[in-house]
Amino acid sequence: MEEKIAVQIDDLTVAYNYKPVLWDIDLAIPEGVLMAIVGPNGAGKSTLIKSVLDIIKPIAGSVKIYDKPYQKQRSLVAYVPQKGSVDWDFPTTALDVVMMGTYGSLGWIKRPGQKQKKAALEALEKVGMLAFKSRQISQLSGGQQQRIFLARALVQNASIYFMDEPFQGVDATTEKAIINILKELRKAGKTVIVVHHDLQTVPEYFDWVTFLNVKKIATGPVKDIFNDDNLTKTYGINYKVSVQQ
Amino acid sequence: MSSAQIEIQLIACLVAIACAIPGTFLVLRKMALITDAISHSILPGIVIGFFITHDLSSPLLIFLAALSGVLTVVLVEFIQKTGLVKEDTAIGLVFPALFSIGVIMIAQNANDVHLDIDAVLLGELAFAPFDRLIIQGMDMGPKSLWIIGTILFSTILLLFAFFKELKVSTFDAGLAAALGLSPVVMHYGLMTVASITTVGAFDAVGAILVIAFMIAPAATAYLLTNDLKKMILLACIFGITAAISGYWLAHGLDASISGSMTTILGIIFLIVYLFAPNRGYFSVLYRQRQQRIEVSLLTFLLHLGNHVDDENERHVKHLNDHINWQKVRSKSVLDLALKNNMITIKNDIVSLTEKGQHFTKEAIDYIITNKNSEIEKMKDRFFLFRG
Repeated sequence: MEEKIAVQIDDLTVAYNYKPVLWDIDLAIPEGVLMAIVGPNGAGKSTLIKSVLDIIKPIAGSVKIYDKPYQKQRSLVAYVPQKGSVDWDFPTTALDVVMMGTYGSLGWIKRPGQKQKKAALEALEKVGMLAFKSRQISQLSGGQQQRIFLARALVQNASIYFMDEPFQGVDATTEKAIINILKELRKAGKTVIVVHHDLQTVPEYFDWVTFLNVKKIATGPVKDIFNDDNLTKTYGINYKVSVQQ
Repeated sequence: MSSAQIEIQLIACLVAIACAIPGTFLVLRKMALITDAISHSILPGIVIGFFITHDLSSPLLIFLAALSGVLTVVLVEFIQKTGLVKEDTAIGLVFPALFSIGVIMIAQNANDVHLDIDAVLLGELAFAPFDRLIIQGMDMGPKSLWIIGTILFSTILLLFAFFKELKVSTFDAGLAAALGLSPVVMHYGLMTVASITTVGAFDAVGAILVIAFMIAPAATAYLLTNDLKKMILLACIFGITAAISGYWLAHGLDASISGSMTTILGIIFLIVYLFAPNRGYFSVLYRQRQQRIEVSLLTFLLHLGNHVDDENERHVKHLNDHINWQKVRSKSVLDLALKNNMITIKNDIVSLTEKGQHFTKEAIDYIITNKNSEIEKMKDRFFLFRG
C-alpha cells in the first residue's frame, strides 16, 4: 500500500498511578480512512485519543502527525471530546461554543472577529443548527449539543478529526446526520478517528477499525479484520455479533 | 460625607470588583472551596512577610502571601493525585495546617508584632484611611486604596488579554489543551490572581469575608444570565451594591463594616434566588405547576380523542369520578383547554375541536419520537416542551 500515514503511534504507554491504561501501542493510521476505535469499558480508548492530542502525558512512546510531533501540527487536528466532559450549564451560546474551534488558529491573546464568526455560522449551518445559534447551551437537547461539538470541530478546518463517542446519547436522526458529515469529511480526503461503542454499526459506518483493550489487538480494514476472532480477543468472552458484511 | 467615609467606600468598591472577576471563574470552575483554603493559608505568608518588612502593605508581604496561596493549591492537588483522598478532604487537610502555622507564628511573637488574629480574620476597613501613602511629603491617599487599585488594574488587564483563554479552559479544558492554550497555565494564573486579590482585600475585609466577595456576587449573577461577560459585569455590580449599602448599614447600626457588607451580599443572593426569572425558586415552582397541568391537559385530550363515540366518557362529571382528579385540577385543565380553543362543551359533554385534535397528535408524536423541530413553536406557549 502506498498510502500516506496520517497518525503514527509508536510504543505508546500511558499509566494512571502506575497502573498501565495503555500498554505499548503501535498504530499507523493511513490518511483518508474513517476509523472506529472499539473495545470494552476501561480499554483506554479515550486515553489513546487524549494522549495523541497532548492532553495526557504518556510515560513512554511517541506520536507523530504527518511525521512531525503533535505540538507542531495542532492546526491539522480537530477534537470532539465526550459530551459529558463539559458543564452544559456554562453561561454561553451555541455560536460561542462553535467559535471556540477558531481559538487554536488565533493563538494567545488575539480575539475572534468577523472572519471567525462567519466560519462558525457556516459550520452551524452544515450541522443544521443555524436556527439555534443564540440558544443557551443548556437549552439544547443531547443530540443538538453533540451537533454543536461537531460544528466546533468542523470550524477548525483540520485534516484529521478525533471524536470521542460522538453518537452517545443522541437520537437516530442525529446519528444519521453525524455519520453523513463524517462520510463527507472522508470523501474530502480527511482522516476521521472515532471512539465507537455500537459494534453493530461498525461495518456500515466505518472502513477501518482498531481493536483496543489496554493493548492493541488488531487494526486494519473493516472488511478484513472485523470478525468474531478479533472481537473475542478484545472483549474476552466468546463474542458473536450478527454482522452482515 | 467626610473624606474618610468616601475613601472607605471607594476601597470597598475596588475590593468588590477585584474579587468578583476571579470569583466568577472560580464559581464556574466549581472551585469556591479553594478560595476558602487560599484565604486562610495565606496567613503564614503574611506573617513571615510582616516579620521581614514590618509593613502590612509591602509588596514583599503580598508576594509571600500569594506564594503561600498558590502553594495551597499545589499541595491540595498533590494530595489529591495520590488517589488516597478526594479533593474536599485534601483541601480540609491543607489549609488548617498552613493557617495554624501562621497562628503559632503570631502567638510566638505576639509581643513584638502589631498583628492580631481578629484583624486578619475580619479586617479593619474603618482604619484603612489612617494608613496613608506619603511620597516626598505629599499625601497620596490611603495605602490600601493604592494596593487594591493596583491589583484591580492588573486583574482587568489580564482579563481583557486572556478572556478567550480563560473561557475555553473553564468550559472545556480538554479542548484548550488540544488547541495549545495551556489550561494548566490558566489554572495557576487564576489561582495566583485569586491569591494576590485575597491578600490585597484581606486588609480591608479580612480573610474570611473576602470569600463572600469572591463567591456570592458571582453565584448571584450566575442565576440571572446566560452570558459570561454579563455574568462578570453583574457580579461586579452586586459586589459594589453590597459594599456601599453594607457600609451605610454598618454606619446606621454602629456594627462591623465587613459583617454588614457580607450580610447584604447574602440578602441580595436570597432575593435573586427566590425571584430570578428563569432559575429562581418561585419561577421553577411555577413552571413545575404549569407542566403538571399541561400533562393533565394532554391526558385529558387523549382521553377525549380515544372516546369520540362514547358521550358517557366525555361527560364533565366523569372527569371528576373516572379519571379521578381533584375538582380544582380538573377545573384548571378544562379552563386551559377552553382558553386555547381545544375543546367545546355542550350540555356538559366535552368534545375535541380540530385544533385540539391537531395539538394532541403533535404532542404525542413529540413525546414518542422526541423530535424537537416540530414543537419549536409550541415551546413559547407551553412549558411542557421546554425540557
